[in-house]
Order: sequence, then C-alpha cells, then structure tokens
Amino acid sequence: MLASLLRIVTLIRKELLVILKDPKSRASLVLPPILQCLIFGYAATYDLNTVPYALIDLDRSATSRELISKLEGSGIFQRQATLAQTGQAVTLLDTKKVILVIVVERDFERQLASGSSSAVQVIADGRNSNTSGVAQGYANTIIADFAADWRSRKGISGPAVQVTTRAWFNPQLETRWTMIPSLIGTITMMMTMMLTAMSVAREREEGTFEQLLVAPFTPTEIMVGKAVPSMIVGIAQSSAILMVALFWFQIPFAGSLLTLYLGLALFLAAAIGFGLFLSSLAANMQQAMILCFMFLMPFMLLSGLMSPTDNMPEVLQYVTMINPLKYAISITRRVYLEGAHLTELLPDMLALVVIAAVTMPISAWMFRHRLN
Amino acid sequence: MSAHDANRMLAALRRISALIRKESWQLLRDPSSIAIGIVMPIALLVLFGYGINLDVKNVPVAIVMEDNSAEARGVASVFELSDYFSAMPVKTMAEAREMLMSSRANAIVRIPADFARTLKLGNAEVQVIVNGADSNTARISLGYAQGAVAVWAAKEAARTGNPGGLINIESRLWFNEANDSTYFLVPGLIVLVMTLIGAMLTALVMAREWERGTFEALFVTPVNSFEILLGKTVPYFLLGLAGLALCVAGSTLLFGVPLRGSLVILTVVSMLYLLVALGLGLVISSATKNQFIASQVTMFVTFLPAMMLSGFMFDPRSMPVAVQMITYIFPARYFVTLLQTLFLAGNIWNVILPNAAVLAGMATALLALSVKLTRKRIA
Repeated sequence: MLASLLRIVTLIRKELLVILKDPKSRASLVLPPILQCLIFGYAATYDLNTVPYALIDLDRSATSRELISKLEGSGIFQRQATLAQTGQAVTLLDTKKVILVIVVERDFERQLASGSSSAVQVIADGRNSNTSGVAQGYANTIIADFAADWRSRKGISGPAVQVTTRAWFNPQLETRWTMIPSLIGTITMMMTMMLTAMSVAREREEGTFEQLLVAPFTPTEIMVGKAVPSMIVGIAQSSAILMVALFWFQIPFAGSLLTLYLGLALFLAAAIGFGLFLSSLAANMQQAMILCFMFLMPFMLLSGLMSPTDNMPEVLQYVTMINPLKYAISITRRVYLEGAHLTELLPDMLALVVIAAVTMPISAWMFRHRLN
Repeated sequence: MSAHDANRMLAALRRISALIRKESWQLLRDPSSIAIGIVMPIALLVLFGYGINLDVKNVPVAIVMEDNSAEARGVASVFELSDYFSAMPVKTMAEAREMLMSSRANAIVRIPADFARTLKLGNAEVQVIVNGADSNTARISLGYAQGAVAVWAAKEAARTGNPGGLINIESRLWFNEANDSTYFLVPGLIVLVMTLIGAMLTALVMAREWERGTFEALFVTPVNSFEILLGKTVPYFLLGLAGLALCVAGSTLLFGVPLRGSLVILTVVSMLYLLVALGLGLVISSATKNQFIASQVTMFVTFLPAMMLSGFMFDPRSMPVAVQMITYIFPARYFVTLLQTLFLAGNIWNVILPNAAVLAGMATALLALSVKLTRKRIA
C-alpha cells in the first residue's frame, strides 16, 4: 500500500516536472485561462449599449417629436439618418450602418387621441436575430412607457396595467454575470482535458509509455499519476479565473467557497477521466488532440453556456446527461450567483461522481489492453 | 519561354504533384483527419442546427394568483395559452419562491390581491420576477411577459370602450423573417469548420514534421521551400472545400437557410479565408515547432476568436469599443460579416468588396511570411 503510494508520488513528481520545466509550456498553462476569461468577459455579451437607428417620421406632429425625444433621451438610441421614405432605409440596413429603422406612421397623433390604435413600425436587421431582438425590446419598452405617460397626462383611467419587473441574483441582467462563473468550468475543462490526453499521447508517440507499462507500475497507478497533476493544474486555473471574476469584474459571490471547490474537484475528476479515456483511444498526439476537440465542442455547445439545455430537443437532452460541463456550469452558476447550498446541488455532484467512476477504470483497463 | 525553362517548370510541377500525392495519402490514411474534415462539420451542423437555440420557448413560470377575480384569471390565461411559457399556478409567493430557488421555475408572475380593484382605477400592477442567473433567457422572458400583459390590457381596453392612448408596434425583421437564430448560427459555422481544417489541422501536421525532423529531410531533396509548402497545403485546402460544401448543403437543404447571394462569390471568399487560415497554421507551426504548444496557440489565436470575437455568436456591436477594435485583428471577423451578408442579405457589394480585400491582404502577407520562415531554417 505504502509502496504503491510512493510509486504514485514519484509519477506525479515526474509528471509535474514535464509540465512545468519548459517556460513555454508553463506560460501556456497560466496565461491563456486568464486572457480568455478577460476577453470573453468583455466580448461574450448580448447586451447592447447603443442602437444606431434611422428615423422616418411620416407624421411630423408634436406628439411624434415627443416620442422621438423620449427614445433618444434614453442615450441608447443614436440616430444615424433622418429619412423621408422607407426606400432609403434599405441601404442603411444592408450595409449595417443601422440596426433599426423606426417609422412613425402618418396620422400617428390623431389616431392616438381618437382611440383607434396608432402605429409605429420597428424594422430590424435580422442577420443576427439576437441583437435585433434586444434592440426591438428596447424600442418596445420605451414606446410602451410613452403611451402610458400619455394616458396618465390626459387623465385617462381604465384598464392600464403596469408591469413591474425584477431579476433575482443578477439585478441588471448582465450577460457577464452569467458568463464568467460558467467560464470557470469551461476554460478549465478545455485545458485539463487536453493536457491529460496529450501527455499520455506524447508518451505513446515517443515510446516511453511502454517503458512505464513494463516498470513496476500498475495501470491504476499510472492513471492516478497522470490524473493528479492535471487536477492540480485544473484547480490552479479555476482559482485564477475565480480571482478575475471576483476582483477584476467584481461579480459578487453569493455562496460558499467550500461548496464551489468541492464541485470543481468532482468536475475535474470527471473531465480528466474523459481526457484519460480519449488518450487511451489515441495512437498519437494529433489523434488525441482531434479526439479531444470532437468531445469538447459538443460538451461546450450542449452545456448551457450559450443557450439553456431545456430548449434542446429531447434526444440531445439525453446526450447532455454524460456531459460533465453541464453539471459544472449548473454548480458554479448556482453557487456563485444564487448562493445555493450543498443539499440543493447533490444531484449534479452525484452525476459527476458517476462519470468519473466510469471513465477512470475504463481508461486504466484500456492502458493495458492497447498494448496487445 | 525557352525549352530549358519549360523543362524546369515541368520538373517543379512533377515535384509538387509528388508531394501532394504523398501528403494526400498521409491525410487519407489517418482517420483523425477525416474525422475533422467530414465528421466534425456534420456534427457541428447538427449541434448548432438543433442544439443551440437562442430563442426561448416554454419558460417554466410560477403564477401566483393572490386575486381570484375574472380579470386576474384573464391575465393568467394569457400565460397559460402562450407558447413562450409553461404556466404553473400556485397560491402563495413563498411557494413560488421555493420553485425558483430549486430551479423548477425560471420566472414568477405575481397578480396581487387588489388587482381587479386597482384595475378599475387604472393603476393595476402585475409583478414579474425572473432568475437572472441566466441573463439572456431572463431578459427574453421578461420581454415576452411584458408583451403578454400588454396584449391582455389592450384587449381589455377594447372590450370596455377605449378612450385612446394605444400605440400599436409593428415589428418586422428583415433578412430573417422567421426570427430564427438558426439563420445566423448555421452559416456562421463555416467559419469554425474552415478554421479547424485550415489552421488547426495544418499547424498540427506541420509541427509534427518539425518535431520529428522529417522537415529537414525534405530540405535535402531537390524541392524548394515554396514547393514544400504548396505540396503540404493543397490537400488541406481541398479538405476545407469539402467541409464548405457540406456546410452549405447542410444549412440550405437541412435547415432551410436561404442563400440569397451568389454561390460563386461565397466559394471565392471562403477560399480566401481558407488561405488565411492555412497561412496562420503554417506560421504558428514553424514558430513553435512543438505539437502541444502549436495546438494551444492555434486554439487561442484562431479557433476561440472565430467563435467569440467574430460576430458568429456574439455581436461585436455589443462589445466595448476597445474589444471591438481587437476583433478587427482577426480574419474571422471579416469572414463572418461576409457569410451573414451573403446568406441572408444577398450580393451587397459595399460589404463584400472591402471585407474580401482585407482577407486577400491577410492571406498574401501570411503565406509570404510562412515561405520566409521556412526558407530561413535552411540557411
């Protein structure tokens, strides 16, 4: 038992030396996670700060001017052009000079007062339906507010309903608050899975893996010796990203660090298990790299990072059940933003334990059997 | 041209074609290359076409009915009938809160006890609470909830005799009338596939040659560095075009994305981008000469920017100005603009020419640099 432990420790020391001795590879462990976190923190956002738009005011009344000044007073809508007819707007939309064209129809003022509904047209560039959806949402809210104001000024009572909205855990609904906690798992998984898979594949390519197998190591010891260093690197990387989230982006941390790290440790075990499994399939580094990619892409896409898993077709939802990243994102987001307790996260944590408990023994078995 | 020149040309051509043959065999014999050239595009198409959906439907919402009047039930029924929500009526706010905390509901709609009474006075209130942990879904759900209540209010106003003050907002979406995120995600995929094949695969293959020293072995043969690079890249260029064909066929036939621009222009600009990607892969591999580091650098310099900074998933117009400037460094930014315009808007020359020109410039510079880097090694 003690001898086995000692053997594992020597393997871990050797492995850490391989990873850390080369300054280029040392840098490639620390810098990319932090840089990625910074770039994605700023880039990965669905929020729009400004909406360049073109105005077509066919009514030219006091009321339409009031509506427009309300729109522009928000600071979000920035008029790029004032046009006389819709035809001219086409080029502006085509060349992406504007996101929206807002048309105030003729008789807007008269119809508003008469009680028949007056019309405003909002035309959006749908090439990115998400951006246009957000821009249209802004316009709708401001126009609805304007209508409510108009009614209360005219002293019209009757069925007007005010919708008051609140968002828990992320009051300003900033994409960044959702994104960065999810990146802790995502970035760490990309790095550790590849690190693990490539380290075994490199030994195979260089022929040193056979030497390991004939040395007095059991396959399990080799597996643990490969998994623990990746685990250490993974914990260090997630801590670095957590620091960026806390101190650079200053996203308030609602939960317990202990729960978060427990979840991360289980997640890393599952991700590294996958990495080891892939490395046991690959004959060389190129294959290991490509295999990792073939798994990482679906893991990232079906994780809830970019779009909620609940929206996916049922078949894909079953696929997501073996995805460690899905559970990691659920855990990090809920601990970080909602302050969820360990008991609420047990199903996610259990799933990670199961994934690790399946992938690791399989890869240990494969190590031995690939040799034949 | 003298006979001597013609002979030399012919010899060079033969050398290049021999290299291409050798490289093609190597590519075809390695299952991982086929995986990335054929299986990966198909997998990505399916994942993005079916898996990633930025449109929100069936948001589980807890409806707290503190008032049981006909009007309150009317508001609740709007949520029950809407495709955007899947409504679950509850009695108390505490119950709803519990559902939100345990992730069984993503939103709460609270209709207060005095709803019917205040409605007559004209200051009724409906409270909508969302779980902001997923900000995008939360924001879209909020928008739908506001819309649903407004629709009900307008109907109610029409029923009780309308004293005015209603604005009808007609929303229209050009280029994507169905408001379907598949329309911009699936064409954008081409950028990912091209980057993977062009940059990632080439960088790995070349780095392996450097690592194993087989590159030096090539240098002692009569081929020059230009011929080596040409021989090495042609098979990957062709593999990239196969990936492009798969993506275009998949997005138009499988997902019904319109291709409003010309297929010829699409092919030409894709070739330009493929050349840029190949150039990047070559430069990175000869700069690192190590497969692991080459893979990390390629990932960081080509693949991740193609995914995050190109406008493929996240619109650069949403980013801070400094980050917007950074996006212009990456070729993927220009290619995604071209893809989205060619697929959804058409042959808009004001967009096509400047973006294609930038890609052509980048391709020339990178390929020239890679020839230079390879030559330098011989000296």
